[in-house]
Amino acid sequence: MIEQHAIALVVVVPLLAAPLCVLTGRGRWAWTVATAAVWSSFALALHLVQRVLSEGPITYAMGGWQPPVGIEFRLDAAGALVMLVITGIATIVAPYARKSVEREVDDFRQHRFYACLLLCLCGLLGMTITADAFNLFVFLEISSLSTYALVAMGRDRRAFTAAFRYLLIGTVGATFYLLGIGFLYILTGTLNMADMAERLVQPAWDGEGLVHQTRTARAAFAFLTVGLSMKIAIWPLHLWLPNVYAYAPSAVSAFLSATATKVAVLVLLRMFYTVDGLAAPFSTLPVADTLVPLAIIGALGTSILAIYQDDLKRALAYSSVAQVGYIVLGIGLASTAGLSASLLHLFNHALMKGALFCAMGCIVYRVGSTRINAVRGVGRSMPWTTAALLLGGLSLIGVPLTAGFTSKWALVSAILEQERWFTAALMLVSSLLAIIYVGRIIGIVLLSKRPRGAPQVGEAPAWMVAPTLVLALLNLYFGIASDTSSELALRAAQALEEVAR
Amino acid sequence: MEFFGLFNYWVFIFLMMAGFYLLLSARNLVKKIVGLNLFQTSVFVFYVSAGKVTGGTVPIQQEGITSYSNPLPHVLILTAIVVGVASTALGLSLILKIKDTYGTMEEDEIDSLDVAT
Repeated sequence: MIEQHAIALVVVVPLLAAPLCVLTGRGRWAWTVATAAVWSSFALALHLVQRVLSEGPITYAMGGWQPPVGIEFRLDAAGALVMLVITGIATIVAPYARKSVEREVDDFRQHRFYACLLLCLCGLLGMTITADAFNLFVFLEISSLSTYALVAMGRDRRAFTAAFRYLLIGTVGATFYLLGIGFLYILTGTLNMADMAERLVQPAWDGEGLVHQTRTARAAFAFLTVGLSMKIAIWPLHLWLPNVYAYAPSAVSAFLSATATKVAVLVLLRMFYTVDGLAAPFSTLPVADTLVPLAIIGALGTSILAIYQDDLKRALAYSSVAQVGYIVLGIGLASTAGLSASLLHLFNHALMKGALFCAMGCIVYRVGSTRINAVRGVGRSMPWTTAALLLGGLSLIGVPLTAGFTSKWALVSAILEQERWFTAALMLVSSLLAIIYVGRIIGIVLLSKRPRGAPQVGEAPAWMVAPTLVLALLNLYFGIASDTSSELALRAAQALEEVAR
Repeated sequence: MEFFGLFNYWVFIFLMMAGFYLLLSARNLVKKIVGLNLFQTSVFVFYVSAGKVTGGTVPIQQEGITSYSNPLPHVLILTAIVVGVASTALGLSLILKIKDTYGTMEEDEIDSLDVAT
């Protein structure tokens, strides 16, 4: 029975565990409930991913109502890849959160923190597997609302303003998405994505052309793209992101940076490849011409900004926008190689940013801040954290034998396949900038001397260091054994294109 | 005729742009939330008006009635309204927190306080 309903359970388990966390009323117990829920979700996800890869897409009619009328859950290889990232990162962050949250979040709020974390996980997972466009909006808002609350639990007062701005931009983005879906619903009379795809290529009501060629359909996709770009943080819609990642509690930064924008990327891909797939959006709409320049400018501009930050977490946040630029660049290439490189980078970026933000959390645990003056020279007394920071940083730059290298290599090959020399050159420049800002972070933490009179620190607790190291070593593992992740990314890209053709 | 035939869309566009303008231009955080509300509500109005079928009745099954309005957009918007209420509540409670810690809810004053530290 579990096997049959696994795809629904993977979302339902965190959803039901969240109120349970609130009921426990104590931080430690809530942590136990949350960890159990996250781990069982991960186990279910592993089972599902393995089934999807061997048997093909799994579909599930929610409540027994058959699609297209009922809500359909559908997991293909692309969804499986993202689901693996979300649940995997959550599984590693859950034990990490225990000590980190005890230090950074007030006692009376800790159980609510875990409840919000579970709701966020539930929303993100729901977004990856639902095949119903409106249901996706609901899951989007579940994850967004819980994210705003999580961010606001940060120690710094700027966490409140960061959360508030994120709420404004996030809600506008979600409303744009809702409007786009409304246009598509008026045109097609259905909310099921596969059903929509079929109806978009039928003759339009006025007898001129097909439905997807009408101005309404174009407006719908414009709204969907802009709305989702706000969630993905594509330059210049990224302004909410740096403060959110910088002032959220460490565990939240690590979890969000590795998952939230990635899921939004998947939703954008779903809109183009699944909903509009039969209409070949990349040849009929100016998608590539819009995305590629924005991605390049974003990757370059935010990398430069990352060099000049006073706060290391903020520097990493800017670097996240740059890395999202690479992911979007791969999509904009509109080729199988580009798409699979983009999905591979999505997977690898989750690993490297997860490791880096976890390492930052370890430093925050001991020093209380990530401002340059506070963290100068802490690396010598925190060897394991620094090792993780170093591995994550090297992976971020794209040094051979790390995960970052394989995906950047795939991306450059995909760009050169289309003979876009200039784009490839700009991407390499942006990688050089990554060397500068990562080098600066390492230099500050490890090479410079601890200032006189600054408090001496020790290594962070094992509960935090162990998950951080696991994430860092995964960067190494997927750098050396890159066949596994490349294969998965290729299968995901093919699954998306299969519908489109 | 075309203009009046589509008047529900004009209402929706006006409300949406008014809300969006308020959201972007207001310096006071509460006004921003009001703008956000207007912005969201305009999309709700759009959905609800799109479900109307000319000459159609209330979507309740009765003898002799063949044409009725589409109930699905209304149901969707019930969900979206709940989401809207939740984000408004969260936004307002964040404003309370901001007012507590900064002592103001004017955006430019908050920015200058942040720069000062």
